[in-house]
This record gives sequence, C-alpha cells and structure tokens, in this order.
Amino acid sequence: MEKSIIVGISDMAVARTPAVVATYALGSCVGICLFDQVAHVGGLSHILLPKRNNNDNYMKFADSAIPLLVQKLEQIGAHRLRLRAKIAGGAQMFNVGRSDSALGNIGQRNIESVKGALQTEKIRIYAEDTGKDFGRSIFFDVNTGVLKIKTAFNKTYDI
Amino acid sequence: MVEYGKFNDIQLDVLKEIGNIGSGNAASSLAQMIGKTIDMVVPQVNMMRYSDLAEALGGPENLIVGIMIDVTDDLQGTMMFLLQREFTHEVFNALMGGNTPDFSALSELDLSLIQEIGNILSASYLNAIASLTDLRINISVPAICVDMVGAILSVPAIKYGEVGDEVLLIEGAFIGREDKADITTKLILILEESSLALLMGRLGVA
Repeated sequence: MEKSIIVGISDMAVARTPAVVATYALGSCVGICLFDQVAHVGGLSHILLPKRNNNDNYMKFADSAIPLLVQKLEQIGAHRLRLRAKIAGGAQMFNVGRSDSALGNIGQRNIESVKGALQTEKIRIYAEDTGKDFGRSIFFDVNTGVLKIKTAFNKTYDI
Repeated sequence: MVEYGKFNDIQLDVLKEIGNIGSGNAASSLAQMIGKTIDMVVPQVNMMRYSDLAEALGGPENLIVGIMIDVTDDLQGTMMFLLQREFTHEVFNALMGGNTPDFSALSELDLSLIQEIGNILSASYLNAIASLTDLRINISVPAICVDMVGAILSVPAIKYGEVGDEVLLIEGAFIGREDKADITTKLILILEESSLALLMGRLGVA
C-alpha cells in the first residue's frame, strides 16, 4: 500500500502519485476527490457546510473549498481542463421525519452545493456515491483514480 | 453576556452542576428501567473539537448508537446520547433477559426500544433542569442512528458549524457495571449561545 494521507474535517490535501488520500467517517459531510491522470496528481477535500459566509476557514465550505483545491492542484502541475471529480458522502444520518427543515437534509444541500461549485469550475463528475443514510470512509488512489468506499458494517466497494 | 469559549470558573461550575443534576436524574430513571445499579461519573464540561470527541469514543470509524433529541422552547439546542456497543448490550440484556441483538443488524423493534431509552433519559435529564430553573423545555421524538461515530457527530458539527469547530459539551457518563469501566455511555448537551445566557441568568450567574 502506498502512503496514505489522512484528511480531517474541514481540511484538504493534494499529492503526486503514488499516494492514497483518505478521510474517515463522512456523515452528512461530502468528500470531493479531484485528479489529473496526465500530471499524476490528485487531492481530497472534506467539507462540512454548503456556503461560506464571511468565515475565515475556506476549507470548511463547498463553495470556497473546491476552487481552493483546484488552485492547490494547479500548483503541483494539474491542468484545470483535465481535472475529473469523484464525490461521496452527504448522507442523512438521522431520519428526523422532516426533510424540509433547515437541518433535515443538510447532506442533500451539501451535495447540491458541491455539484454547483464543480460546475462553476467546469469539472465533470465521473462517479459519485452520495446521499442515503449511512456513513462512509473513503480512500482515493491518486494513481488509478479509484475511490474505495468503506461503510460502518465493513462493506467496501470501488467507484 | 455569555460568550462561547470564555467561561469563568463560576460559570463552569454551574454548567457542571447542571450536567450533574441532569445526568443524575437520567441515571436513576435508567436504573429503575433495567433494575440495576447505575454509577455515574462527575460530568465534564469541555470545549471540545468534534474530532477529539470521536477519538474519545474509540476513533471516527467505531460503530456506536447515536440518539439525537432536539431541545426547543425556552432553551434551544441538541441533546445526544452516544451509546457504546457494550453499554447497549448491557441494557438489552437487563431489559430483555439475555436476548442481545446483533449490533450490526438491529431490528425495528430493537431500535424502538433504544428510542424509548433515549426518550426516558432525555426527558428525565431535562426535567431536572427545567424544574431547577423554572424554564419551559420541550423535546422532540428521539432520532436513532447506528453508524460510525464520526459520521454521527457530523450532524451536530454541521448544525453548529457556523458558530465554530468547537462546541461546549456538558458531558456525562454512566457506568453500567462496576467491574467493567468501559461500559459507558456519553451524553452531550449542546446549547445555543442565547440559551446558555438564559440558563446562566436563571441560576444567578449572568
């Protein structure tokens, strides 16, 4: 196994191949993986909330974290036009029976904001495993672009 | 005014006492329900990062039962019970007579039993605070989730994410059996800033 870089909540990391970037236990948060297979670089961002409002932490919010991740990847050689995305997370952990409320489905709002931000950057989503009602740990192989997903009950699959 | 992260010693003592009274009441309800002695550790009052809390509960990927209750009316906030596997087994054993369910495949019936436990615990916890402070406190029906602790904690982390990455936790722990210190559950009360101020005011430490 290559070296694994662990990304925390409201954090991000970029790496050159060979490398695996990973984040544990995504709930309603979303993990965004971007990669450029020509430049052999990739990165992972773990966002908590959809929109940044005058907050200093750019890595915490989908709309500010994604441009920052793109910028960091460009700094290590990625080309914006070659970037591809895989996303996971945005689950609704608790079934609170009122999905219209502000907190009710924050996971869904996170997913929508991530997709909007990727569209703004003109980055195509190659694969996604989002929504539903379970947590996910994700391991992104920068070399192959394979995103391994592990759930609480030790089910693993690749997207 | 009470500011997040800037509590003085007197305010911290008051919060600890609130945790003490609340979890004391909840512990006796639980003991009554399962017919066993429940020990309680003195509550901790901490400003804590969610990631550190996840570490304290066995790491972000550890499988636990989370019970979440919305607190509304005079106080606004969220209450969570985080039950470790062993604790859940212990309670099931006591209630159902050794009929421990497979933790990774809890049935609807098992979940509704856990929900009822959450209901009783949170109601007795907050009743104690309500009668002490003469505040009206309403609680929602508990929501249940069995999953990785990190994923469960993402829910309050997001809910209070605009306020900060740290949160004031009034944290209590029950110990189900004296010879096994690891059979514990954590209960957490997260209050909005304005509710904390109100609570402090009622207890004479504005």
